Amino acid sequence: MISALALFLSLQLAGEVIRLALHLPVPGPVIGMVLLLAILILRGGPSVELRATSNGLLQHLSLLFVPAGTGVMLHMGRLGDEGVAILTALVISTLIGLAVAGLILHRLTRQANPDQTP
Amino acid sequence: MNAANEIWVYLAASPLIWLALTLVVYRGAQEVQRRGGGHPILNPVLISVAVLVVILTLTQTPYARYFDGAQFVHFLLGPATVALAVPLHGQLSRLVALWRPLAIALAAGSLAAALSAYAIAGLMGASLATQLSLAPKSVTTPIAMGIAERLGGLPSLTAVLVILTGILGAVAGDGLLKRLRVTDDASIGFALGVASHGIGTARAFQISETAGAFAALAMGLNGLLTSIALPLLLPWIARLLGH
Repeated sequence: MISALALFLSLQLAGEVIRLALHLPVPGPVIGMVLLLAILILRGGPSVELRATSNGLLQHLSLLFVPAGTGVMLHMGRLGDEGVAILTALVISTLIGLAVAGLILHRLTRQANPDQTP
Repeated sequence: MNAANEIWVYLAASPLIWLALTLVVYRGAQEVQRRGGGHPILNPVLISVAVLVVILTLTQTPYARYFDGAQFVHFLLGPATVALAVPLHGQLSRLVALWRPLAIALAAGSLAAALSAYAIAGLMGASLATQLSLAPKSVTTPIAMGIAERLGGLPSLTAVLVILTGILGAVAGDGLLKRLRVTDDASIGFALGVASHGIGTARAFQISETAGAFAALAMGLNGLLTSIALPLLLPWIARLLGH
């Protein structure tokens, strides 16, 4: 577990360095994810330990959003007078985004592999 | 009474109680979802946030003090994001084979979400700053705040909208998609990642590892696409809408 965590943290750090050096708009951890993907492709796959630690973290991904999520209490007041407009736009646009992305991918992949998707 | 009060004052100022509370509340929320048959509306992020906001409000605890403890959990988001490469690698051959449909679904879903948010808020009379804060709400928080700032929106408003969007997608996403007869895990996961970033991705991992991998890919690519495309497209759309 420790060597996997050390790898994740080192790649996150490398991602931050790359982001700062190249002024990229992408966060350091996302660059770290791309670096790890490149390493996994070169190595031909993750070790048992790497897979186990990754599964452990990702199984509880929801937990990791709780501290930031609780931060909504700070800014709920910002919705203010425009609250109804903001929430209406937020709900409808999110459902539109979900429907458009899901329907298009489902239709296109069903054509490509008719036997893979029911 | 005084002794209890002293203990409370001491504990409330230490990070331990808020870290412990975050884990206990989340564990309870997981249990609630399990007993509810895994229903997405019993989303553990939604329940945990609601319970914690009530507790912090009742105990008059400032969010900054809560975060002193909870930051240890928050910090793990970084390494967890890096760890997403492992399920991505597991689906790599499918992702490469499907690159064309994935690119089309990404571009269409991303732009539909961002531009409809901008347009609907405008039609309902919201200010331009509010519209610009809404546009990047489907991408992960640090990217969304950066985009809002560049566009002339309010980054702190965007931060709230990103969280609310994530929770909404996680709660309603797979139900909506099933109703639209989108039944394969890859499409469901990808849509969750495009429309509701990390919180949607966390929901996708509850469905299956395949859904999670496609969500992670969508989240990463949408962050990239939105930060490039939105600043280019919005002025043009604004002119089209007559602003």
